[in-house]
Amino acid sequence: MSEPKNNPMLQVSHLAKRFEGIVATDDLVLNVEAGELHAVIGPNGAGKTTLIAQLSGQLAPDSGHIVFAGQDITQLPMYRRSALGLARSFQITSLFLDLSVLDNVALAVQAHAGHSFRFWRDARSEPQLREPARALLARVGLGARADQPASLLSHGEHRQLELAMALAGQPCMLLLDEPMAGLGPEESARMVEMLRALKRDLTILLVEHDMEAVFALADRITVLVYGRVVATGVPEDIRANAQVREAYLGEQEAGHV
Amino acid sequence: MTGGFTIRNIVTVALLVALVLLPLYAELAGQRFLLTLFTRIIILALAAVSLNLILGYGGMMSFGHAAYIGIGGYAVGMLAHEGIFSGFVQWPVALLASALFALVIGALSLRTRGVYFIMITLAFAQMAYYIVAGLARYGGDDGLTIYKRSQFVAPLDLSNKVQFYYVCLALLYGSIYLVWRLVNSRFGMVIQGSRSNDMRMRAIGFPTYRYKLVCFVIAGTLCGLAGALLANHTDFVSPGILYWTRSGDLIIMVVLGGMASAVGPLFGAVALLVLEEALPFVIKLLGTPFFGEAAARASEYWQIIMGPLLLLVVLFARGGIMGLLAKVRAKERA
Amino acid sequence: MTLFIEQCLNGLQFGLLLFLLAAGLTLVFGIMDLVNLAHGSLYMIGAYFAATFAVWTGNFVLGAVLALAATLVVGMAVEVIAMRRLYGRDHLDHVLGTYGLILFFDELVRVIWGPEGLSLSLPSWLNTSVQILPGVNYSAYRLAIIAVTMVVAGFLYVLVMRTRIGMLIRAGASNREMVGALGVNIKLLYTLVFGLGAALAGLAGLMQAPILTVQIGMGENILILAFVITVIGGIGSIRGALVAAIFVGFVDTLGRAFFPDLLRLMLSKDAASTAAPALSSMLIYLLMAIVLVVKPEGLFSTGQK
Repeated sequence: MSEPKNNPMLQVSHLAKRFEGIVATDDLVLNVEAGELHAVIGPNGAGKTTLIAQLSGQLAPDSGHIVFAGQDITQLPMYRRSALGLARSFQITSLFLDLSVLDNVALAVQAHAGHSFRFWRDARSEPQLREPARALLARVGLGARADQPASLLSHGEHRQLELAMALAGQPCMLLLDEPMAGLGPEESARMVEMLRALKRDLTILLVEHDMEAVFALADRITVLVYGRVVATGVPEDIRANAQVREAYLGEQEAGHV
Repeated sequence: MTGGFTIRNIVTVALLVALVLLPLYAELAGQRFLLTLFTRIIILALAAVSLNLILGYGGMMSFGHAAYIGIGGYAVGMLAHEGIFSGFVQWPVALLASALFALVIGALSLRTRGVYFIMITLAFAQMAYYIVAGLARYGGDDGLTIYKRSQFVAPLDLSNKVQFYYVCLALLYGSIYLVWRLVNSRFGMVIQGSRSNDMRMRAIGFPTYRYKLVCFVIAGTLCGLAGALLANHTDFVSPGILYWTRSGDLIIMVVLGGMASAVGPLFGAVALLVLEEALPFVIKLLGTPFFGEAAARASEYWQIIMGPLLLLVVLFARGGIMGLLAKVRAKERA
Repeated sequence: MTLFIEQCLNGLQFGLLLFLLAAGLTLVFGIMDLVNLAHGSLYMIGAYFAATFAVWTGNFVLGAVLALAATLVVGMAVEVIAMRRLYGRDHLDHVLGTYGLILFFDELVRVIWGPEGLSLSLPSWLNTSVQILPGVNYSAYRLAIIAVTMVVAGFLYVLVMRTRIGMLIRAGASNREMVGALGVNIKLLYTLVFGLGAALAGLAGLMQAPILTVQIGMGENILILAFVITVIGGIGSIRGALVAAIFVGFVDTLGRAFFPDLLRLMLSKDAASTAAPALSSMLIYLLMAIVLVVKPEGLFSTGQK
């Protein structure tokens, strides 16, 4: 296991979570460096989504600590974490389908702009909301579709929109839960490019099944099996790790790695 | 309400202008009953506009909106019964009482969603119905006659039918404008976002319960105003004005007009109430050549047509009148 | 004391009767995800049928059986003609569509039976009182209602928990596609379930007919009580409906009977008699409010909706 080097953004220590006797997270230790793209992989049921849920505050861990940017956030609710700069995307796309693409992002911008008990001024003509929203859409490659209803976008574009909304709070770290799921090869490639561009400015924790994307993007990789960390290291080490091959990559070796 | 000469906007402006001119027509054509009918339509349209704020924009399926008509109406009626006729007392009390009721009911029922919300708002409104029906001092089941309309300062006289009509119309237009501003503000975006996907709203950091509750209270207060107007219009209040079918009628107006459109409820109210007045005549007119006397008798049972008609609207024309007008525009462009 | 026992039995009888309505409502909602406001109309129709058939046949029981069958048929017809088209749509669509049905049925009844209410008189063997405790007599008919509803409640329990149809009903509630994939005729199942709900409502209506006046709008007031019960008991739960119905029956009946006296002890006589009617009709709604604060999803929620 590699030690944190200089500047840890997220430190997870001895995290544990059980569901009715089933161990979902087991004494999990994880360090994410500032500025790195850290991928978490593992077979189905390894506890990846449970981990994301605990990191984002959707689930409370049974024990252990989560330290984000030097602050213990283990007990903070979801919206407080998001205010500190820890944003997440959802595995199942969850958007405002009957609003326009721009409205979706503008709402996410609005969520980070203080309370919304403002009753009179037209929110759709407020530059403080619309301009950042347009910029975010341009950043994820949806600039041209800003004024269409979100329901008209393709699945891949929904993912891009989802990403734009996660970026709206100007987070310093992103938790991405399977952003490639359900995307076609072309859309996947586009998403990989986008994440590559984002990782210059952001720390990213990526949970993903698509091994090609993971090995193309990740600075370091953590392998989970049954809620436990089996290995952490740079992609070459993970590829070479016998324990990982046995536990996880073995089944897919021929195809993906 | 986007700009431009679309069919929808032209029809909307035409209706708004026609309502302003209506008293003139009623006077010239000697059809005074039109003034009474349309005063009523305007008051109920105001109630529907307030319902549209929570139902159409906020996705809150309240089936108890008539309660606020009743509370506003009874506030005026009870104060008048006690000898307090000043509108400067009556109306604020009506609004405040409605707001308070909305606050309590909203705080309870917004803890739930979906079907529960429908049933709970309905049940609480029915509770309000039984309470006023039990007020023996204020007429109980029989209702309460109001001998003097709300008193304001000198030139304004609500017992003058034309003046009263314009007061109602001004309040309606004011409310439509208010709702329109509201739903497009930051607050309104939160409300609309919560209609679209409440869970996601909470995930991106909006405590939606608070926003929805405030919205619920605003809608209740506005509807209380409609109640105060209705009491003045009929010079009478009875438990009937907050019976649950009244809430059903308001929902129909909103849906018939087109949900989440600022002027939609006005169209819905005009359509429903004019249809109610006209349907018996239409049945008689069309039926008499074929069925003779039977058609005249059948015209008394117009609701037998109204019911299935509603079902058909639900099944085939959910966009309501505003939706249909928008379609007309789309076809023209094509 | 005698009065108290009598009122308790009245409460039980009313509660069980409400259960028949709430059970149908909650079954239809739990399985088809359909909000049916017109449920009260079926209650009304059951009562009108009973009043009519009892006169035609000259036999109360035969009339009741015919009325029950007729309500079942009407219910299934309504399902095939109208309700079927509402499945899978928005709850607002359900509310509007079934509200339209209420208008239709109310008017239809006015056309057929006229605006005045009907009354249904009991045969002499039911129109007596029975000594249930030394010195305490109670209406034989109300006892009969208690017996019938208890049998029906037992029948429902067995039907839902122990039979193949019940299994399908419970499976349908949780997984529509799966039942479809098993080759079960979902359409028919739904029609039957709706018919069953209608028959339960009709049964409640026809049993109430001799106690109340049979009139237009009778279904609407009791429907709201059934809603309150469903909210308290938790949507989709038959057991919750039973417990909540009996509870509401008791609170409502005893509240109306004794609450004014209780109030008189605390307030002046004048104030009490002014406030009592309004307050005692509020009791069950207060009960509902309390449940909402403590357990917003109902006491026996199945937790799936």
